[in-house]
Amino acid sequence: MHVESKLRKPLITGGKTLKDVSEDICKRVEEKPSLSWYAAMILSNITLVVGAYAVYRTLWDGIGMWGLNKTVMWAWDITNFVWWVGIGHAGTLISAILLLFRQRWRMAINRSAEAMTIFAVICAAMFPLLHMGRLWIGLIWVLPLPNTYGSLWVNFASPLLWDVFAITTYFSVSLVFWYIGLIPDFATIRDRAKKAGRKISAFIYGGLSFGWDGAAKTWSRYETVSLVLAGLATPLVLSVHTIVSMDFATSVIPGWHTTIFPPYFVAGAIFSGFAMVLTLLIITRKVYNLEDYITIKHLELMNIVIIVTGSIVGIAYLTELFMAWYSGVEYEQYAFYNRVTGPYWWAYWSMMTCNVISPQLFWFKKIRTNIVATFIISIIVNIGMWFERFVIIVTSLHRDFLPSSWAMFYPTIYDLGMYIFTFGLFFTAFLAFSKYFPVINMAEVKSILKHTGEKIKK
Amino acid sequence: MSDKGVKFVIGIYDDEDILLDAISSVRGKGVNIHEVYSPFPVHGIEDRLGYKRSRLSIAAFCFGFLGTCLALTMMIGMMTIDWPMIIGGKDFLPLPVFIPVTFEMTVLLAAFGMVGTFLVVSDLKPWGKPKTFDLRSTDDKHVMAIEIEKNSMSETQLKKLLESNGASETNTKLMEE
Repeated sequence: MHVESKLRKPLITGGKTLKDVSEDICKRVEEKPSLSWYAAMILSNITLVVGAYAVYRTLWDGIGMWGLNKTVMWAWDITNFVWWVGIGHAGTLISAILLLFRQRWRMAINRSAEAMTIFAVICAAMFPLLHMGRLWIGLIWVLPLPNTYGSLWVNFASPLLWDVFAITTYFSVSLVFWYIGLIPDFATIRDRAKKAGRKISAFIYGGLSFGWDGAAKTWSRYETVSLVLAGLATPLVLSVHTIVSMDFATSVIPGWHTTIFPPYFVAGAIFSGFAMVLTLLIITRKVYNLEDYITIKHLELMNIVIIVTGSIVGIAYLTELFMAWYSGVEYEQYAFYNRVTGPYWWAYWSMMTCNVISPQLFWFKKIRTNIVATFIISIIVNIGMWFERFVIIVTSLHRDFLPSSWAMFYPTIYDLGMYIFTFGLFFTAFLAFSKYFPVINMAEVKSILKHTGEKIKK
Repeated sequence: MSDKGVKFVIGIYDDEDILLDAISSVRGKGVNIHEVYSPFPVHGIEDRLGYKRSRLSIAAFCFGFLGTCLALTMMIGMMTIDWPMIIGGKDFLPLPVFIPVTFEMTVLLAAFGMVGTFLVVSDLKPWGKPKTFDLRSTDDKHVMAIEIEKNSMSETQLKKLLESNGASETNTKLMEE
């Protein structure tokens, strides 16, 4: 039996019982949504529709609608792709790595973080898919399928193809992990609907719950499945952003051609992922009154992860500068000199301020336990992480080996529209999730209630 | 056995620690427990019920190994045998280059294979009918179900036994087969 020190702060406050947990979480699914939910949903739908116009023009008229040119042939599209994939790292990290480390504070946040992961990866996938131009043809070309050119196969030596495999695997494994966790909670909603005589709800959640009845034998298998999935997902999370970083690191472009990229990208991904989880959860806990489940303690622990990963990212920035100087290669040196002082200096310094300086404020307990400060810094971090990708991609490309082909990148309204489209998609999906799905993993929270609930601590 | 179905005695427990002790003492009396239903995973329950460790991790390994083999066969078949090409100055069998895709395919097949096996052996499917002895077993109560036919004790004896072991409530339930 697990024994826990009474000195530790409770993870669930408010003297909750098992029944309260079901009631607090299922209520959101059963009740009509609030006015603020409708308002947010309408706003997200408008964003989605406005952005969809940019997608339509990109598909109809082509990639020429974007601000790319011969020199800067990759810009916002890949910036947004890496940004969204990075955000998509927190969910599976929380549910897999924190499960292996037996961190029980993960239980209140894993469900929504995993949902966020899935939606973020879908948003990320939009960019490479639409960059293919005619994606209905491109989609076939990235798969190793027999064709009429030989067969001429895909190139397994290309990191871009590794990315296809990594992102698809990551998406599908995360989806399965998330769904397996949802099954017992769907069964709770189903049985509550049966008790209350709501037939349609009982039928829908009955199907979603796969006939789950909570038998000890099934729970025992379920625990094995969760543990093995966590063991599989942990290296997977690390591999995905490693491979994303290889899209750049395996090239010979100064500024990209560095061996530090894989760990640096993984740390950055966790950093931005946790920031997005904080942004979303601070709103969710307030709107759904989940303060007893997602406590200040949870926010503080996530802020500590932000300090650690933010500091790793900061050290990586400095290492890059040092290595550029130490390498003695003038192209490397110029790439970084140009990054810091060139025409995109403002992007570089925004990145440094947002990512290196702002998370250091969390060393103060007053700031890391303050909700408003956490919320603001979480948004600043996300802005900073967007700039990081922009800086790496655009400043390394825009002044290439031939000064005659130097150019600047100016985004068009369609670049912006594509980005807005993914925001609309993300928030529409997240709002639908928060209405129809249990936002907290009830079964897991119930399993720790007796040992970490407030009642037992008194 | 009645013609309508199978008769069970069910005991409702409020607390997981009382439940665990009850399982041990009920089994100690030689009573055969049909199954225990809980709203959350209770640690140590499988030992008390005498369940063996799940072998799903072996399934995961086998599917993972299959993924490794499939990935390597596919890549060697395409890049070494069917259409050899020199890319980046590497030879026709560039094994380090195959590592990422091999890894991803291994994880993909291991995860899907194991979860698929789990769903099949646990009989979980969208059209599946749950064995609900009490609707509260997915909410806040643990339910111990004992099949009367399979035990020598009578219905009242079983109920008394469960109550003496901390059951907050006992019932008789007729389940369809």
